[in-house]
Amino acid sequence: MSIAEVNTEPQAGQTAERPLIVDDFSISVATKNGSGSQTANTTLLRALFKMGIPVSGKNVFPSNIQGMPTWYTIRVSKDNYIGRRLHAEIVVAMNPATALEDHQLVEPGGVFMYADDIKIPLNRSDLSYYPIPVKKIASENETDPKLRSYVANMVYVGALAQLLNINLSDIEGALLYHFRGKRKPVDSNMKVVRLSAEWVKANLPKTDPFIVSKLNLTDGLIMIDGNTAAGLGAIYGGVTFAAWYPITPATGVADALNEYLPRLRIDPVTKAPTYAIIQAEDELAALGMVIGAGWAGVRSMTSTSGPGISLMAEFTGYGYFADIPAVIWDVQRMGPSTGMPTKVSQGDIIPAHYLGHGDGRHPCLIPGSVYECFEFGWRAFDVAERLQTPVFVLSDLDLGMNQWMTKPFDYPEEPINRGKVLTAEDLKKLGIGGYKRYRDVDGDGVAWRTLPGTDHPAAAYFTRGTGHNDEAKLSERTDDWEKSMARLARKFETARSIVPAPIVDQVEDAEVGIIAYGSTDAPIVEARSMLAEAGIKTSYMRVRALPLSHAVKAFVAAHKRTYIVEMNSDAQMCQLVRLDMPELATAVRPCNHNDGMPLTAVWISGAITDKEKSK
Amino acid sequence: MTTLPVVKPVSPAPAAAAAVKKVNIIGLERTDYKGADSTLCAGCGHDSIASQIITACYEVGLSPERLIKFSGIGCSSKSPAYFMSRSFGINTLHGRMATVATGALTANHKLNGIGVSGDGDTGSIGLGNFKHMLRRNVHMVYIIENNGVYGLTKGQFSATADVGQELKHAGRNELPPIDLCLEALAADCGFVARGFAGDPKQVVALIKAALSHRGTAVLDIISPCVTFNNKDESTKSYAWGKANDERINDFTFVAPQVEITAEFEPGESKEVELHDGSRILLKRLDQGHNPTDRYAAMTLLQQAREKQMFITGLIYVDSSRESLAEHENLGDVPLARLPNEKLRPSKDTLQKIMASMA
Ligand SMILES: Cc1ncc(C[n+]2csc(CCOP(=O)(O)OP(=O)(O)O)c2C)c(N)n1
Ligand code: SF4
Ligand SMILES: [Mg+2]
Repeated sequence: MSIAEVNTEPQAGQTAERPLIVDDFSISVATKNGSGSQTANTTLLRALFKMGIPVSGKNVFPSNIQGMPTWYTIRVSKDNYIGRRLHAEIVVAMNPATALEDHQLVEPGGVFMYADDIKIPLNRSDLSYYPIPVKKIASENETDPKLRSYVANMVYVGALAQLLNINLSDIEGALLYHFRGKRKPVDSNMKVVRLSAEWVKANLPKTDPFIVSKLNLTDGLIMIDGNTAAGLGAIYGGVTFAAWYPITPATGVADALNEYLPRLRIDPVTKAPTYAIIQAEDELAALGMVIGAGWAGVRSMTSTSGPGISLMAEFTGYGYFADIPAVIWDVQRMGPSTGMPTKVSQGDIIPAHYLGHGDGRHPCLIPGSVYECFEFGWRAFDVAERLQTPVFVLSDLDLGMNQWMTKPFDYPEEPINRGKVLTAEDLKKLGIGGYKRYRDVDGDGVAWRTLPGTDHPAAAYFTRGTGHNDEAKLSERTDDWEKSMARLARKFETARSIVPAPIVDQVEDAEVGIIAYGSTDAPIVEARSMLAEAGIKTSYMRVRALPLSHAVKAFVAAHKRTYIVEMNSDAQMCQLVRLDMPELATAVRPCNHNDGMPLTAVWISGAITDKEKSK
Repeated sequence: MTTLPVVKPVSPAPAAAAAVKKVNIIGLERTDYKGADSTLCAGCGHDSIASQIITACYEVGLSPERLIKFSGIGCSSKSPAYFMSRSFGINTLHGRMATVATGALTANHKLNGIGVSGDGDTGSIGLGNFKHMLRRNVHMVYIIENNGVYGLTKGQFSATADVGQELKHAGRNELPPIDLCLEALAADCGFVARGFAGDPKQVVALIKAALSHRGTAVLDIISPCVTFNNKDESTKSYAWGKANDERINDFTFVAPQVEITAEFEPGESKEVELHDGSRILLKRLDQGHNPTDRYAAMTLLQQAREKQMFITGLIYVDSSRESLAEHENLGDVPLARLPNEKLRPSKDTLQKIMASMA
């Protein structure tokens, strides 16, 4: 076939003989950054979701505002597998700059839909080709050249809807969701979608086997990104003070606070806000403010990503030594400084856990779904205030910025737990000399605290990062220092039982265990069934926090080999697991990959199969 | 409308107590404002300032339980431990007092704040955070104990060292000094003053007025380091200060509801009202500096910097800009005192949000 010469006749060996493939494929849309394709892509995603078909959407975007290549992939899966797939069966090429490669990467037997002004050799006999007159339809419908590229994106939505059988009413519903019920933009977008669908119907006979068909597998579910879930979770955990500094991919957390707090935390009587949000001058200042607010007695948090975490090191160490609660929400991204700021990674596990100076390990909660982003959003405050220490929540870019299906978030069942705080009344009862800020009266490493403004002459104490005794008095005595450190070690043990426990699926007579955490859950579920088909039975433990639960050791002990699947180069969780159980270290095997993209089930099952061959 | 804490005492002293011992207007003795014993070098300017803080707070009748003390790191930053033990205090990180104070005083905007920092702490490592705090106008008194040197790390130059200042190990400074009062003015600070640890009376008056300012009040107090920077030629020494201190104004601080007794001739004085109703009465305005004139304040500071003049007094005052707590529109109950039921929105609000995402 020559350049842009397209055979729109049904091709031999396609629809005629191939069975239909229903609700089980991936779509990849290649566009330019800043061209407004997000509306089109999330509309497609939500329309499929509304049809009851399990979906996941992943935005693969550059650190750029306009012009660089961007891909959006949608996985459609009747089997509920929502991990990323490496290549798509259906590719929509809207960006001439990447069309050549996009074309090569279409799965065999797939679809190549393209804007008809893209000129590349269309030389694969296994594909169905659909040229779409995107510019023509767009310019006929939009006179404003600035809006034309937005409209152009709706052209491929209409074309896909026609070819794949997506209900136009569900597309309209998705647009209504996107535009928050505003009729005007919905109507103008729908007009283009309809025209495009009609044009395809009249001009392009279907030659591929892919279609969607209504299911009921998303009934009762919602779709949301992990950052919004985090913000909402924090709000239902009573967040009262937040300080932050803009950084991809964490900004969405602060955006959610800024969107929902004004609706949910205005005093009904006085109309005054019962919260404060400050955009700080940098991350160091953000955590300084959060530490100050936490010390003074409010539930306070910051959100950031790797580079911000490094700036927060000194304050984290300080909070640890001075026993000050704080929640640090880390949406992990790839690498140092600017690294690959729009790519995912689980590279902050060790840095966050050990952040600071000198000794110190911090509790880290690790959500594996948007549902858990919400749950850990509120739980993190209970953990931080009960333990009186900085607590990290380690989300990542994939969880944080992409849309995920989930059951609706449950309202927290447990009452708010503000930890050990003494009031003026309590002090009166305790009598003179009864209160010592750092005395471990309960033996769990967590001492009672008072809050500034407590109206009692014995309430005050002086907080410092310097050595102190249990009365919070300056001390450089070696025995006082050792006592402080021993108390903090007890606190770390207390943390083990307070943080969320792992979730385990232990399979009888499985020799192989898999330990993973965070957003890799989705591909692991799929990889396990691939492994099972290949004859490798696996148990699965999803770790949800540091310090590691004692159950981790039992899990490792119950399997001959346990693979720690993770997205970083240093096999960070693997190192931590081995540290916790040196006697079992050889049974603990790294299985890590770190290229900036979410793991795929194919990679995980392949890697474990290979490792099993050479065990 | 957000209301800020007022220094003004709530109830007068019980008469019986007053009869027996000398107490202030809220019935506390001066010893109730004491701190731990100082561990600074004998004669250090910082100790003198700590006792002026005690005097000022005692005399205005500030309740120790209503105050938070803040500091960074340095000899100067140690001193909050040496005054007012009945007040909460937090000795933060080097240069980071401003950030912690911003958080704490937003969490509880009904408390007063006094911060003590050093010239290294504020002028070098913490300069950025300092200016951003001023921009936000956090309601507190920010004292810089300025000795032109790093005391705690044993005698390196700080950024406020004057050109020509010599130190035993560091040699001679050739770089222009950072003037923290100028920096404060440039950051829209509404209360800028300079004092001298060797002039306790003026320091007390400045602290009292600063406590009544709305927002951040910056006091740059020259505080000689007797160990590392007190040679007579040093512009930060006691001798230099005593010989060169040029007061730019005389003023009297008048607490709210106190009648002004005729101390000044009419026409000779200017009255500046502070947020809690207290007033500053300025004397000798015709010859001296007018601290309500921002440009005059800048010019004065710039000239003093160029000529290495040691000016002290109230450089600039303007209480009209709202503080951070007011900007955030915080209510009468401090955020840190909200009951649990005000923290977690109701179940139906979550259900509504969830329904909207289906
Ligand atoms: C991050 C950090 N860097 C360096 C230090 C060491 N350090 C302690 S105090 C100080 C300088 C203090 O100078 P200044 O603020 O002028 O206070 P002074 O001792 O003169 O009162 C330095 C550099 C530190 N504590 N933390
Ligand atoms: S070294 Fe200087 S600043 Fe530090 S305590 Fe001694 S005199 Fe004061
Ligand atoms: Mg100094």
